[in-house]
Amino acid sequence: MILVDNLAKSFGAVQALHDVSFTAQDGRITGLLGHNGAGKSTTLRILSTVLRADKGRALVDGHDCSSDSLRVRQSLGVLPHASGLYVQLTGRENIEYYARLHGMKGAALRSACDGLIERFGIGAVAGRRAKGYSQGERLKVALARALIHKPRTVILDEPTNGLDVNAVRMLREIIRELRASGCCVLFSSHVMQEVAALCDDIVIIAQGRVVVHGTPGEILTALGTDDLEEAFVRAAADRESA
Amino acid sequence: MSAIGTVFVKEVLENLRDRRVVFSAFFFGVLLAPAIFALTTTLASNRAVRDQEQPLKLPVIGAEQAPNLMRFLAEQGAQIEPVTSTADEATAQVRNGERELVLIVPERYAEQLRQGEPARLDLVVDTSNTRASGTTERARRLLEAYGHQLAMLRLLARGVSPSVVDPVDVRAVDVATPAGRSLIILGMMTYFCLMSMLVGGFYLAIDTTAGERERGSLEPLLSLPVTRSQLIIGKILATCAFMAISLLLTLAAFSVALKFVPLEVLGMSANFGPRVVLAIFGVMVLFVPLGAGLMTVVASFTRSNREAQTWLSVVLMIPLVPIMFAVVSGTRASTALMTVPSLSQHLLATALMRGDAVDPVHLAVSAATTLGVGLLLIALAARLYRRESILG
Repeated sequence: MILVDNLAKSFGAVQALHDVSFTAQDGRITGLLGHNGAGKSTTLRILSTVLRADKGRALVDGHDCSSDSLRVRQSLGVLPHASGLYVQLTGRENIEYYARLHGMKGAALRSACDGLIERFGIGAVAGRRAKGYSQGERLKVALARALIHKPRTVILDEPTNGLDVNAVRMLREIIRELRASGCCVLFSSHVMQEVAALCDDIVIIAQGRVVVHGTPGEILTALGTDDLEEAFVRAAADRESA
Repeated sequence: MSAIGTVFVKEVLENLRDRRVVFSAFFFGVLLAPAIFALTTTLASNRAVRDQEQPLKLPVIGAEQAPNLMRFLAEQGAQIEPVTSTADEATAQVRNGERELVLIVPERYAEQLRQGEPARLDLVVDTSNTRASGTTERARRLLEAYGHQLAMLRLLARGVSPSVVDPVDVRAVDVATPAGRSLIILGMMTYFCLMSMLVGGFYLAIDTTAGERERGSLEPLLSLPVTRSQLIIGKILATCAFMAISLLLTLAAFSVALKFVPLEVLGMSANFGPRVVLAIFGVMVLFVPLGAGLMTVVASFTRSNREAQTWLSVVLMIPLVPIMFAVVSGTRASTALMTVPSLSQHLLATALMRGDAVDPVHLAVSAATTLGVGLLLIALAARLYRRESILG
């Protein structure tokens, strides 16, 4: 579970986050929706402890992201928008590298690897170097790598950017599986349809502030429309004119 | 295995599989440096041999007016080439490099000589033509010797002892050992070694920050439950390993290459057996942490791979500065100079090549300062790695 409370962050003169507060529950998929530059990536980076907030609190499974960052990183699985695989390593080596850095070893490491390789159906490519992977193969290996330590909370930053339809479908399936297994899934996107297709809860963020937070139904009611895309545009526009 | 070890093993494995990295780390020094070195030394020794063995060819205008001089020059081994062109034409030929030098005997030479006046001889030379400097020097010395001989004869004819015109007798005693003379050429070698050592860690140092960022692998890596210090120390250790191997291979290649360079023709004796190679390795390997720290620090300020490569190419030149200073000014080793990294490695390595005894105090000061600066730079690299702007 993720709790974000009154988060603020600036880079020099640019204030990226003014006041961001929301929660993401276990067993649910929460979508962080906003235009480019609205503050989605900054929020996720604070949660993954790569950045430090200037103000406010961020908790992952009860651990504070700034004072207890190591524990946060232990319970998080992070998938960046670029797969970030090491192309000279094989798929399996990529996964094992992360497993070792999570402190796994020996038989436990091997069985965890085998399990994920089988689950994602990448047995045929796991022995090949990542250099020649297709988009779908890269995504599956990157996902296996992010999930190797069975994290309770999974963060995905614009995971569908630049993916073809098949890869996007596969990713959605995996995200639903994660929800079914009780994980808290938080992912960011600037595409309304994508969030609508998948999310139980939606957080719309604009200019560093949360403008609406709720289930898709609640958001439609709050903004007086029956079209989610319209709701997104209205919410963002309200904020920008304010 | 600890996190540092895991990072180290992964970096080594990944980079060993990258052909570009392997080529620059292990073939640059091994193939290129000795090739350049062998070429230059062979050229240098050929030139020295050629200048001494070939007879002096001396173009002369107006040779018929000085038959005694011509006979003297011929006796001394010079080949006289009578030239019929005018003085102006000959000067132009020297200026544009067609001839190295021309001796002009003016029309009044014979008359001046007969009357006991200083007889003028014009030797047209171009001092900016370094290739001709040996020939010019030999011609000048022969002409002076002729003048001296004439002076002696005139004094004897007047009943004066010729020794009155030689009040002092200067004799230069050359104390340079044969190996000492090869110092400048061998001095190039220490720089080559330092450079190929740096090139060995070049891509790994870039990859630590700018490279990982550009490939999008830095952010997920930093979200793993290891500290950033563990990550960067693992990476810097891998960089150091590549640099040390690159240095060892370069030194080994040098020791093989030197066997084929005719240094003895120049009176040089390069001292380059396996024991000396290992000793030089031991002295120079202390520069590895400094180089790795410096390259990682510089790379962590850059925005992209390409920018990092540009800046690191400049870093490759840095160790050259103190070495150039030492070679040009002929500096001798002193305890104070041992505090300057790269210069101290140069001085110690050349001493080992010369077969001189190395002062243990020098060794200790060099090791302490070079390692100290290296550790400071690594600490700085780790500090920079903790900055938020490392994400770009």
